[in-house]
Amino acid sequence: MTYILVLEQILNGLQLGMMLFLMAAGLTLVFGVMGLINLAHGSLYMVGAFAAAAVAGWTGSFLLALIASLAAAAAAGALMELVVIRRLYRRDHLDQVLATFALILIFSEGTRWLFGSFPLFLDVPSYLSGPVSLPGGIQYPLYRLTIILIGLAVAAGLFLLIARTRIGIQIRAGEADREMIAALGVDISKLYTVVFALGAALAGLAGALVGAIQSVQVGMGEPVLILAFVVIVIGGIGSIKGALAGALLVGMTDTLGGVFLPQLFAVFMDPASAASAGASLASMLIYILMAAILLVRPSGLYGGNA
Amino acid sequence: MKTIRMLAMAAAVPALAAAAQADTKIGMITTLSGGGAGLGVDVRDGFMLAIEQDGREGVEVVIEDDQRKPDVAVQIADRMIQSEKVDILTGIIWSNLAMAVVPAATAQNVFYLSPNAGPSALAGKRCHPNYFNVAWQNDNLHEAAGAYANEAGLKNSFILAPNYPAGQDALTGYKRMYQGELAGEIYTKLGQTDYAAEIAQIRASGADSVYFFLPGGMGISFLKQYAGSGVDLPVVGPAFSFDQGILQAVGDAALGVKNTSQWNKDIDNEANAEFVASFQAKYGRLPSLYASQGFDTANLILSALDKAEVSDQDSFRAALKAAEFASVRGDFKFGDNHHPIQDIYVREVIKEGDVFTNKIIATGLSDHADAYAGECKM
Repeated sequence: MTYILVLEQILNGLQLGMMLFLMAAGLTLVFGVMGLINLAHGSLYMVGAFAAAAVAGWTGSFLLALIASLAAAAAAGALMELVVIRRLYRRDHLDQVLATFALILIFSEGTRWLFGSFPLFLDVPSYLSGPVSLPGGIQYPLYRLTIILIGLAVAAGLFLLIARTRIGIQIRAGEADREMIAALGVDISKLYTVVFALGAALAGLAGALVGAIQSVQVGMGEPVLILAFVVIVIGGIGSIKGALAGALLVGMTDTLGGVFLPQLFAVFMDPASAASAGASLASMLIYILMAAILLVRPSGLYGGNA
Repeated sequence: MKTIRMLAMAAAVPALAAAAQADTKIGMITTLSGGGAGLGVDVRDGFMLAIEQDGREGVEVVIEDDQRKPDVAVQIADRMIQSEKVDILTGIIWSNLAMAVVPAATAQNVFYLSPNAGPSALAGKRCHPNYFNVAWQNDNLHEAAGAYANEAGLKNSFILAPNYPAGQDALTGYKRMYQGELAGEIYTKLGQTDYAAEIAQIRASGADSVYFFLPGGMGISFLKQYAGSGVDLPVVGPAFSFDQGILQAVGDAALGVKNTSQWNKDIDNEANAEFVASFQAKYGRLPSLYASQGFDTANLILSALDKAEVSDQDSFRAALKAAEFASVRGDFKFGDNHHPIQDIYVREVIKEGDVFTNKIIATGLSDHADAYAGECKM
């Protein structure tokens, strides 16, 4: 156990947090502005990864693959909003869950039909592969560092968008009072489509970034979706700031808990049972965290009126 | 609709009774969606290839997707046994699902033939006359890997596997044969996709090698991330970490890696050559070890049906136990606990043209039986 290991794990937690933020940002915007629970958000993540893998396969360019993931996920998101989601805003949450769950199945089977059941190949480009030496003698994969930086850049961009631009004002107004901004002459249905496509594009980007170091396969979005929901519940539904805080908290808890709990257990148990008991408790840790935060702040860290 | 089908079946019964052979109904529960789908698809395709090549009438296969969820698998099994009246169940990939389904199925006088999962409990204390494992007991491939590690002079392994029955069997199996020190031992979440934390621990541990059991998408994620991490310790694994489905998605990162398997496409016998060629012709891809296990399972069932009807349980069981079929593995026989006694090979990952695949380089363990046979009383 050295400080290098601890620092490396903190970086890992940060990287997981940034990836979760990309997912959660779209989810929380959609919930905040439109009051819609979108279970199919994980499918957009998968769409992004598959689009990236396909384009990287054709062209060999990772940059083009990232652009394709943004475009494909945004297009899929916009289409999803226009065709299905639009009819759900006035329905209650149960109908929304049912319809978006159906979308998960449609997207999964559609993807399987197009690409088959076997995982696709998507690799880190050569200029981003391999480790870099950080101050303090830490060897850290360059690609993961890039994910952290992209996450930070997206976070900064989103804050600017929400705080400084006209569409940001409309989004905030939409969260505060949907009927009023419609009355003020804002084309609310166009705004909804744009917000939905924006959230979808971020999810697609996350899928493409992560697909390069994990496996691009059908159903890859669902485990991440559950974590993203935990993030937005912790952060407070509808708040980008909350999504960032929640994502970092969940990323850190999950990574550090998974590493250090088994070692903590090993102090007073034999190694084999410490490993399995520690691993079991570590996988519950983020849900315990969520329950604890909800006890103290029932609407999440930055939740207002939810 | 159900009633109509029942009526149709009832009408069909007298006609069939005239035929020499009664209908045999096989229920296949396997993983066809989600992260483990590649494995289930291969088992299914291998199995159905054998059924199709045989072409006999009166064998019906019902296939259902368990989504890698134990509760779903149990539900399907109950329905297949109680309302569809299957005679034989097969198909389960994951040991936690097998533990949930197999004991209940065999207790209801259904035969269960495992094309993949071989949890230690079912080989030992909870073995059952109606349960046959056609693939291996879970520990087997890992034992061969442990033996290989000794030969390769590895002295300080870091070992990891998912936290579920097969993962525990895997590390137990490796440690049973491996004589060196352990630099670390980790259980990860089943279905985990990010291994940054584990790789950091490997880096800090001072190990001289890494042994990992991560089947399906888990293995792809691990290998890619490992390659990018700058840790360059040699990795060893069972075939599950380097099967045909994984290798294409991992790419160069796996080249040269040694792994252990009871089957490979270059095992030299007629049945195998024919299997590899016909699988490739039908599905347009190379078969994996899972496909070979599905293929063998179907052929074993067909060989037993040649000798006895399933309704005559004792004769059918004896026919299965005799295992008189042309296995793609070459020599194949069952031990007293109905688990295979077979050779396990060491393979190396190579590139043939554009395709990544495996080549046998040595025999790891000959005529290897499992360690739990002694605990089985039946």
